[in-house]
Amino acid sequence: MMTDFGTPTTDTDTDTDTDTDIVLRAVDITKRYGATEALKGVNFEVRRGKVTVLFGENGAGKSTLMKILAGVETPSSGHLELDGRVISVASPNEAVDLGISIIHQELNLCANLSVRDNIFIGRELRTAWGSIDYAAERRVVLGLMERLEEKIDPNTLVADLRLGQQQIIEIARALAADARILIMDEPTSALSATEVEVLFKVITDLTDNGVAIVYISHHLEEAIEVSDYAVVFRDGELVAKEAAANIDLPWVVGKMVGHAAEYDFRDEERNYGDVALSVKDVRIVDTSGAGRLSVNGVSFDVREGEIVCLYGLMGAGRTELVEAIAGREPIASGSVMLGSTDLKPLSIEQRIARGIGLVPEDRQRDGLVQLMSVGENMSLASLTSAVKSFFLSRGTEDGKIADQVRDVRVKTAGARAPITSLSGGNQQKVVIGKMLMTGPRVLLLDEPTRGIDVGAKGEIFSLLFREAKKGLAVLYVTSEIGEALTASHRILVMSKGRVVREFDPSISTREEVMAASGESEIGTSPIGATQ
Amino acid sequence: MSETTSTVARRRINLNGLLIEGRALIALVLIIIIFASLSPNYLGIDNLIIMTRHVAMNAILAIGMLMVILNGGIDLSVGSTVGLTGVVAGSLLEGLQIPFLDVFAYPAVWVVIVISLAVGMGIGYINGILIARLKVAPFIATLGMLYIARGIALLITNGTPFSRLRGEEALGNTGFLPFLKSSPLGLPMAVWVMVAFAIAFAIVLTKTPFGRWLYATGSNERAAELSGVPVKKVQTRIYLLAGLCAGAVGLLLTADLSSATPSGGEFFELNAIAAVVIGGAALSGGRGTIRGTLIGAFVIGFLVDGLVIVGVSQFWQQIIKGAVIIIAVALDQFQQTLQKRRAVKRVSADGKTSEPSRTAQSAPGEEKPLVDNSVDK
Repeated sequence: MMTDFGTPTTDTDTDTDTDTDIVLRAVDITKRYGATEALKGVNFEVRRGKVTVLFGENGAGKSTLMKILAGVETPSSGHLELDGRVISVASPNEAVDLGISIIHQELNLCANLSVRDNIFIGRELRTAWGSIDYAAERRVVLGLMERLEEKIDPNTLVADLRLGQQQIIEIARALAADARILIMDEPTSALSATEVEVLFKVITDLTDNGVAIVYISHHLEEAIEVSDYAVVFRDGELVAKEAAANIDLPWVVGKMVGHAAEYDFRDEERNYGDVALSVKDVRIVDTSGAGRLSVNGVSFDVREGEIVCLYGLMGAGRTELVEAIAGREPIASGSVMLGSTDLKPLSIEQRIARGIGLVPEDRQRDGLVQLMSVGENMSLASLTSAVKSFFLSRGTEDGKIADQVRDVRVKTAGARAPITSLSGGNQQKVVIGKMLMTGPRVLLLDEPTRGIDVGAKGEIFSLLFREAKKGLAVLYVTSEIGEALTASHRILVMSKGRVVREFDPSISTREEVMAASGESEIGTSPIGATQ
Repeated sequence: MSETTSTVARRRINLNGLLIEGRALIALVLIIIIFASLSPNYLGIDNLIIMTRHVAMNAILAIGMLMVILNGGIDLSVGSTVGLTGVVAGSLLEGLQIPFLDVFAYPAVWVVIVISLAVGMGIGYINGILIARLKVAPFIATLGMLYIARGIALLITNGTPFSRLRGEEALGNTGFLPFLKSSPLGLPMAVWVMVAFAIAFAIVLTKTPFGRWLYATGSNERAAELSGVPVKKVQTRIYLLAGLCAGAVGLLLTADLSSATPSGGEFFELNAIAAVVIGGAALSGGRGTIRGTLIGAFVIGFLVDGLVIVGVSQFWQQIIKGAVIIIAVALDQFQQTLQKRRAVKRVSADGKTSEPSRTAQSAPGEEKPLVDNSVDK
């Protein structure tokens, strides 16, 4: 079955195909963030007129590599070769000049500008007088819209477009730049089925014209369908390369996950206490407008001592749900009870005081106070407990911080070290420790292991399971199926704003759960089961 | 100023802290040396006391301004609030006509002082509500208040200053000027007020949860909010405190001039902002100390008075003052860029060294100074 593309391997030397096809080559790319290695000596090539698909779980290093290719990040070591020539890409603009464009997972549009202005931003067409040639720009945009089969007027404000249409504008922008290499990071996450079809037609069209495409998607089947070459990442390493003809879904899943996870917290004895958190028929309005519901009638309970995992795809409404429970976003209808307390009228600080707190998804943006030390971050949520007669008691506070640093095993030079000196995993332990210091009954965590290494992941889960044994109720969001199956007592699968199914991880398979989330149709596909 | 050396400040005495605060201190020493060599009177005790009295009012305003700037805000209305509180004090001392009755009320001096401070705090509270609850940008809210407070001051006085602040023996309100113009232990009252405010606010910043919350909201409001920090309450209170500081300065200024003019305190807000910034605070919030701010106020005060003493023309004074402010902040930025670069170099040299780890998306809204990066270990 294997062709002359060689056995799956991380070693480029065994590649037998001709070099002339290769437009872009990444050589020995390593990227470090603090003590974490996001990429470990990756060798990778992109071929003219082909679609190279990157597979891997969250934090496997795909997005980091794409950011390096697109000039958003610079590698810690290693280099890039374009047409066999060593290049250095120091900024996204330089990348665009070299013919490398990226469509980011997150939209990078100016909502207050028109479609036309967004497509040409930074590369405006000029008249002989030096002013912007609006007529020419309009013609180009109309051509692009026709190609993408979207009837959007170039003068429409981006803010007035649906999310899916905004994604189309992102794609149009990359097309307008005449990219030779086009990187698409989750381009379909916001698209409808018909829009995805159009996108695939455009991709075929582009590759016929010699454009090289690098494609990342969590929708595995969709990605396999579009791929010419498959590359699989795991924990910052490129673990397999293969031509599309030789791969199928089980192969991809097997390579993505590797050997079974190193931790397994499923325990036989389960003695849950009372219902700690009760969510009933909750609806949340999508804040990005469009009058859509991001969460549409969700109900479930979490008991004391129970660890419940909220699994699903990006955009399924998981983040919105936990943020609303924590008090950051308003709940449109339904009820959220903490024990016998109705949480709805309470502010975030009141909810924390009652015993429920959130460890947010974006550690840098929402979790840490970057200008403060490890200790100051740790005690931030529970400062009032260290007050002795109006003033903060430094001794009491330091004592509590020291206990907590030990308790959650933060590796730090000391409580007074700057928080930015820690690795991602240790920063996350600080954020979790901060919430634990408030003595919660229920702890909510949104993607608690995103971007941290395997060792730290295990430590974080053993911490959660230890606290659960003491009666803490835990609800966490994850996109990693392995995590959901090995580190929870119950899995709730969310899709399109609803909890669609519930699984007992001890008797469920990876495929069942992924299928329920809409991630893959493996259950109905002819390929069969893995492993 | 050693009284204000706080635990937070002490902790920041690493290379970085020393450089930031040291830079303002070096500037101050340079200013003193230059003017002392140009004018023999500059370092005389009398002159030092006069200059410190001038510094004091700006320093008190700057302390209030520091609170606001630590939150990432700005308060443009403090100068007008100074004028308004002075006018309120003046009108109370001249006698308050009770409406519809032919009666004048002459409140006691302490009542005058309390009411004036309350007016200052009231203005600040309105600023705080506008900014924290109604989400008006601090610049806009306090710019509007700058005009409103000034307008009220003009309405109260009808444009003419109050100058009969002595009070009358018979009414028992003669104490205003003697009290605020007194010099306990040889130092003017304004200097004592400055010292008291500096100590009190340093304690608030370093010894109370409120202070820690203020630093946290200034550095990352979203993270602070999710940690249960009452961010709106913090925001409202800092503007209230800035108003309190302005009220105190209004009283001191009125006593200093022995009259209350509606135009009192014009442009004071700009000097206060300058002092805070020279003292090493970041306008984006989260970074700054009382000690630095005091040094900043002294730099400006001693510079301006020195220029007057050696006879530099008014026009040149303005240019030099402006240049000092810009150079101070430019050096701050330059130094931070340098540190960032050094941190990057260290990382590429050795992956295991501690250095800032960040995800690709940095925190919103600001170029983050990598403060405290230079832990010497």
